[in-house]
Amino acid sequence: MSEALLEVKHLSKHFHIPGGIGRSGGIVRAIDNVSFSIRRGETVGLVGESGCGKTTTGRCVLLLERPTSGSIWFEGVDIAALSPRELRSMRRKVQVIFQDPYSSLNPRMTIGQIIAEPLKVHGIIRDKAKREARVRELLEQVGLLPQHAARYPHQLSGGQRQRVGIARALAMEPALIICDEPVSALDVSIQAQIVNLLEDLQKRLGLTYLFIAHDLSVVRHISDRVVVMYLGKIVEVADRRALYEDPLHPYTQALLSAVPIPDPALEASRNRTVLRGEVPSPLNPPSGCVFHPRCPKAIERCAAEIPPLREIKPGHWAACHLA
Amino acid sequence: MAALLEVRNLRTTFLTSGGTVRAVDGVSWEVREGETVALVGESGCGKSVSALSVMRLVSEPAGRIEAGEILYKGRDLLKLSEPQMRQVRGREIAMVFQEPMTSLNPVLTIGRQLTEGLEIHMKLKGDAARARAIELLGMVGIPDPARRLAQYPHHFSGGMRQRMMIAMALACNPSLILADEPTTALDVTIQAQILELMRDLSRRLGVAMLIITHNLGVVARYADRVNVMYAGRIVESASAAELYANPRHPYTLGLLRSVPRLDEPKRARLDPIVGQPPDLTRLPPGCAFSPRCAYRVDRCAEAPSLAEVRTAHTAACWESVRLVKELAA
Repeated sequence: MSEALLEVKHLSKHFHIPGGIGRSGGIVRAIDNVSFSIRRGETVGLVGESGCGKTTTGRCVLLLERPTSGSIWFEGVDIAALSPRELRSMRRKVQVIFQDPYSSLNPRMTIGQIIAEPLKVHGIIRDKAKREARVRELLEQVGLLPQHAARYPHQLSGGQRQRVGIARALAMEPALIICDEPVSALDVSIQAQIVNLLEDLQKRLGLTYLFIAHDLSVVRHISDRVVVMYLGKIVEVADRRALYEDPLHPYTQALLSAVPIPDPALEASRNRTVLRGEVPSPLNPPSGCVFHPRCPKAIERCAAEIPPLREIKPGHWAACHLA
Repeated sequence: MAALLEVRNLRTTFLTSGGTVRAVDGVSWEVREGETVALVGESGCGKSVSALSVMRLVSEPAGRIEAGEILYKGRDLLKLSEPQMRQVRGREIAMVFQEPMTSLNPVLTIGRQLTEGLEIHMKLKGDAARARAIELLGMVGIPDPARRLAQYPHHFSGGMRQRMMIAMALACNPSLILADEPTTALDVTIQAQILELMRDLSRRLGVAMLIITHNLGVVARYADRVNVMYAGRIVESASAAELYANPRHPYTLGLLRSVPRLDEPKRARLDPIVGQPPDLTRLPPGCAFSPRCAYRVDRCAEAPSLAEVRTAHTAACWESVRLVKELAA
C-alpha cells in the first residue's frame, strides 16, 4: 500500500497570454512548483477554488497539457519524457472521469459504442462479440442494465450518464483514475449514488483515485489524503483526519469555515471567518505568500517572503510562516 | 406578520415534445414581510418556474400560467395588465439570477444598467441617478464605486457581478427580492460573502427574500421558513429549525441523509436516494416520489395532499407518522 503509484515533482505549467488591443500580455502561472504523490489504492483529494490550478494539475497528469517544467512519475517512469508510442500504452493505465456528463459523451453514439470505442482503438478486444460481452459486463459493474447499450446519451439521466463515463474509464482496466469534479454537476440525491459507486469500484478493482473537487464535504468523505491549492500553489497536504480536524493553513481554515452545515441550530452558534476580497489575478499574483492580501493572520513577513511547503507534523505539510 | 406575497394553487405548464408538463402543479406558499423563505429542491422540481411565474416571466407560448392566484399586498398579479405588471417588476419585486454574466447586458456600462431602473421607476435623472447608483454600489461593498460606474460587466469578477445584481435589485427599494440560486455559480469563500451581504441588507432595509436553492446548508443558515419541492409540488413546509429537526417527508429525510456533513464523523457509506430523478412527462399516478421511496405503501397510488403534521408544519405523505416512529426506534 505504501508504494507511490504517481509522483509529481516540482510541476509547473505556465500559459502565455498574448497581448491585444487595450491589453498587455503576460504569463499565467496556472500551477507553480507543485509536488505530491499518490500511493497505490489510495484516494487523494485535490481541493481549491476556481483558478487554483486543480484541473490543470489533473490535465498535466493525463498529459493533456505538456508541463512547462517538472516531472511526473507513474509506476517509476517519467511520463513527461516518453515518446508518443510509449505514451499510448501508458494512457491506458491513467483514465479520466469528467465533470459534465452531458458534453463528455458523443450524442451520436450509443452507450454501447461509447464504452466499446477505447477497447477497439487500443486493440484490446478485436472480436466484436467479445467486445459486446465486455460492454455488458462493464454496464453491470456501474449499475446499469444490458439494454442501456442500445440507447443514446440523451435518453439517460445525468446520474446514468456519469455511470457511462465511469464504465468507459474502467474499460481500460486503469490503475489510476483522475476524477475531475465527478459529482458537482449532479443533483444532490444522485451525488451520493455516484460517490458510493466510486468507493465500491475502488475496493473491488483496487483502483487509485485523484479526486478533484471544490466540495469539501464530499472530499472529506472519499479521500484518504487531501491536497489544498490556492492560486497555483499547494498550501497544505495532510491525511484527511488531520486536515479537517486540525487545519494549519489559514486558507484551509477559512475554506472549512465557509461551508454551511445543514443544521440551523448549529449554524446559528457557529463563528465564521468570511474572507475579505477575492482571488487575485494569476497574471499578477501578490508578492510573498499568494494568500497574504486575504489572510486574517498575515504579518509583514508574508508580503516579502514566499513560505515553503514544510512538514509541520509527521505527514502534515503547510506553506505558512505562522504554522 | 402580514403576508406580503401569497401564492395560491399556482399551476404553470409547458408544452414539450413529450406532451404537456406541469412544471408547477397546484402550489401554495407565502412570504411575510421582512422574512426569508426558501424554495428547496433538485433540478426540474419547479422552484425556478415558481419564481418566474410570480414575475410573470414564464416564456409564452410554450409556458402558461394555467391556474391560481398570486396575491402581492392583496392584489392578484395574474390579473394585472402588462403595463401595470411592469410597475411591479423591479419596483415592488426584484429578482437576482444565478448567472450574473448572462443576466447583465455586456454592452452597457455598470452605471447605465443601474440608472435605467432608477429613471423608469424613481424618475431620477442625471446627477441624482448617478449619486444613487454610487450609493448602491457602495452599499453592496464594491470599492471605488464612482470609477466602477464607467466599467462594463466583463471588467467585474463573478462575485462582483453578483454584488452588482444585488445593487440593481435593491435600486428601487422593493419589498421583496426573489433570488434564484444566487450563489451557485460562485466559489465557496465568495458564496459566504454574498450570502452574508444579502442577509445584512435584507435585515437593514427590511426587504423580504425568497431564496431558491438546492443547497441544504445555505437554507439552514439563511432561511426562516422552508418549502421543499419535488416534481412540481410542495412536499413539506415548516420553519427551518423545525424542518431540520423533525423532517416528516421521506424525500426531505433522504436529502438530509444523502449529503456528507463536515460536523459529523465520516460515515462508511453515504445513504443516497435510490432511483432516478422524476421525468415530468411520465410521472407515476399518485405520489411522484413513491417509486424512490423506502416508506411506500399501496395507498401511495393516490396523491397525498399537504396536511398539518405538527404546529405550522405540513407534509404530503401518508406515512409520515410511521416515518417518525421508525426514526425514533
